[in-house]
Amino acid sequence: MTLAPAVARRGAGFRRGAGQSDGRVPLRTAAGLGLGAAVLWLSLLVLLPLAAVVVKATGNGWSGFWDALTSREALSALRLTVFSSIGVAALNAIIGTLIAWVLVRDSFRGKRVVEVVIDIPFALPTIVAGLVLLTLYGPHSPLGVNWYATTRGVILALLFVTLPFVVRTVQPVLIGLDRDVEEAAASLGASRFTTFRRIILPAILPAIAGGAALAFARAMGEYGSVVLISGGLQFKTEISSMYVYSQIENDELAAAAATATALLVISLVVIGLLDIVQRWAARHG
Amino acid sequence: MGIAAIHISKTFGGVAALDDVTVEVGSGRLTALLGPSGGGKSTLLRIVGGLEEPDAGSVVIDGIAATGIPAQRRNVGFVFQHYAAFKHLSVYRNIAFGLEVRKRPKAEIKQRVTELLELVHLEKFADRMPSQLSGGQRQRMALARALAVEPSVLLLDEPFGALDTKVRKELRDWLRRLHDEVHVTTIFVTHDQDEALEVADELAVINNGRVEQVGSPDALYDHPANDFVMGFLGPVTRLGPRLIRPHDIDVFAARTSDAVEAKVTRLQRVGFEVRAELRASDTEPWVQLTRGQAESLALRPGDTVWLRPARDAATLAAS
Amino acid sequence: MVSQIAPAATTDRSTPIDLGEAPTQPPRRPRRTGTYVLRGIAIGYVGVLVLVPLGVVLWRTIQQGLGTFWDTVSDPTVVHAIVLTGVVAGIAVLLNVVFGIGMALLLARYRFPGRRLLNILIDLPLAVSPIVVGLALILVYGQEGGWLGGLGVQIIYSIPGMVLATVFVSLPLVVRALVPVLEEEGLDQELAARSLGANARQCFRRITLPTIKWALAYGVVLSLARAIGEFGAVKVVSGNVIGQTQTVTLLVDERAEQFEPGAYQASILLIAVTVICIVGVSLIHPPEGRS
Repeated sequence: MTLAPAVARRGAGFRRGAGQSDGRVPLRTAAGLGLGAAVLWLSLLVLLPLAAVVVKATGNGWSGFWDALTSREALSALRLTVFSSIGVAALNAIIGTLIAWVLVRDSFRGKRVVEVVIDIPFALPTIVAGLVLLTLYGPHSPLGVNWYATTRGVILALLFVTLPFVVRTVQPVLIGLDRDVEEAAASLGASRFTTFRRIILPAILPAIAGGAALAFARAMGEYGSVVLISGGLQFKTEISSMYVYSQIENDELAAAAATATALLVISLVVIGLLDIVQRWAARHG
Repeated sequence: MGIAAIHISKTFGGVAALDDVTVEVGSGRLTALLGPSGGGKSTLLRIVGGLEEPDAGSVVIDGIAATGIPAQRRNVGFVFQHYAAFKHLSVYRNIAFGLEVRKRPKAEIKQRVTELLELVHLEKFADRMPSQLSGGQRQRMALARALAVEPSVLLLDEPFGALDTKVRKELRDWLRRLHDEVHVTTIFVTHDQDEALEVADELAVINNGRVEQVGSPDALYDHPANDFVMGFLGPVTRLGPRLIRPHDIDVFAARTSDAVEAKVTRLQRVGFEVRAELRASDTEPWVQLTRGQAESLALRPGDTVWLRPARDAATLAAS
Repeated sequence: MVSQIAPAATTDRSTPIDLGEAPTQPPRRPRRTGTYVLRGIAIGYVGVLVLVPLGVVLWRTIQQGLGTFWDTVSDPTVVHAIVLTGVVAGIAVLLNVVFGIGMALLLARYRFPGRRLLNILIDLPLAVSPIVVGLALILVYGQEGGWLGGLGVQIIYSIPGMVLATVFVSLPLVVRALVPVLEEEGLDQELAARSLGANARQCFRRITLPTIKWALAYGVVLSLARAIGEFGAVKVVSGNVIGQTQTVTLLVDERAEQFEPGAYQASILLIAVTVICIVGVSLIHPPEGRS
């Protein structure tokens, strides 16, 4: 097991045969109280605060919300954020699958080191990641590049923090693949590439999509790793989370809440879509 | 022509799965590799199919040296114990897979797949997904899929092992009839001796990585080369210094020449047959009788009877 | 998935095929070039993206010398930040363990309307930007205008707020580590224990806790790493008052932005904690695999 998204395994469920009980029982009083406590806890901690954001955003009515969301600065930040996140998710889908493949099917000295290194971006404090990237790619870079205050720098930071997501969702699926299906394809004359394209890829596509969606959601909201190298240039390298922060600092809470709501909605929609796709794939797989 | 695996040796992690094994299968014949689990038969099959490389030895298919050629180019059809169905493809697409990979024209694919669907009686299931099929249907699909590319050799790895007994019997008969129709050189692996005896033209008994005996089912059953083969292919019991089949022992109510005296300890009716357990001077043989035989002898526990091997019975010296 | 030397009793019939040209020892197949290419891309990408930057920071820190390092670590502001981070993270992890075990049990053992909703709620923090977390907490607990602001206890710009923010972002980690284990194991044992007369508390202490022991440790380490490393949410909620509500992560941010010394040194501390956590997790894993 690794540090990165164990949370992606949510679907696992109790493995008993179809038609057998899943082992769960209805609530009794003691557990019912526990449920009440859990609900209270989650409400105070999660529900209420998130609801407050939405309420604040729409406090001035829909027009107020829309105006705040589409102000020049907010819109520019949102555009940068969404496009970067999509790009980063797409790149991760490809390279993450490749890395997962190498980790599962290949063996070489130092593979365990690679496994550990992949988890670092997930465990590292985001501000440290930001400093690390600024040191290597900002001014005074030993490489001689300077990507401070460029979109390139922003994307680099996002790639850094989203590295583990696709790798860790695809890896378990690859490990669990039945090898005899691949052998069957080989015996029928399929080349390695054809076997990958027609047999393996369909099987791991849901996992790739899942990892990409998680990477997208993470990139949408990322702050600490980006803030240093981005420089926060309005209309150029300011991402939405930085815009929201600056609005909070200026006590413009309604404007901050508007963009925050947009970020929430977009991330939730993507994760919801992913859930539907995974259920559909499970029924057909 | 046919298939030959010659002096094959293979070791996994220090353990010899196959030790200098040589097996030949005549063209168009149906041969069973029979033996206990872990004895090396699946490994041999996979080596013939190109899914494993032997440490030593060679494989010849239809006169051409196949060693070193990967499975993709050997033109062998392989059927797996757990079907290895392509879960995301329909039955039709599964069967068509080998042809699609070879880029055959659509019309040709359609004709061949339809032919095969009829052959395996899955015409109505062409558009279903494998998950909607029963185990037996899935295995028929797997066979059709393997046959679609007209392989020179068909290899089946415990093809009925995952199925219920009744379905297994049905498919066994069906495989035999299919082979009679299609005549592809076939090797199949099983640990079920009844299956091997019923289906195959020829048996090779493999145990602990070595070939114990090769021959027709009758030859192996009636003239086993050693006590392992004898015990594996059918029931064995010991009468005096010899091993003999329980149904090859004649039972007499009165003293008879060359017969051993024994006392009946237990009688058990199993369906049509009666199993009689006895105690002789130094052994405890059991005899298989038909109901009629048992009734005409009026056997009861405690009776004394005389046992003698039947005239053409095959016996082996007990080791 | 990927796992008696005596003359063989060979067939006693038919002649072997003449194989003058067939090799008796097949060549060992060399790896395809494709394998090396893929391996190279994977290692290269990971190395360049992660290892090289880390290496440079390490080098920079060493360059600045041991003296700077000691100055940083003994600076009272830094010490305070370390202590504060420890306290906030510790409380947050504790809360997450208590509520996490409860919620995991609810999800794994009981059936009730809204179970799917509970599942979604618990996963929600993963999808929320840390800045939004901070904003959300201010809107509810801020003393001016917050929904629950009039409670009299200062939450925002003070430790309780920082704890809340940290709990929010690490909420799913313990639960998600426990639920799979609870779902797959322990149920039969719990039923057996019940049938032998154990009451709920005994059952929990003697059966459930040992079953989830390693998963819990795993969740705690994950949670701790996350809590210590939290930045964005805490930055919003703490007011970042130096020497009072500044955590180590906030300190790194401030020193880096103000070009003051200490950013690298504090970062090294955080990197060390991260590596210890990752190593800890991989040590916990084998026992988990064995059970």
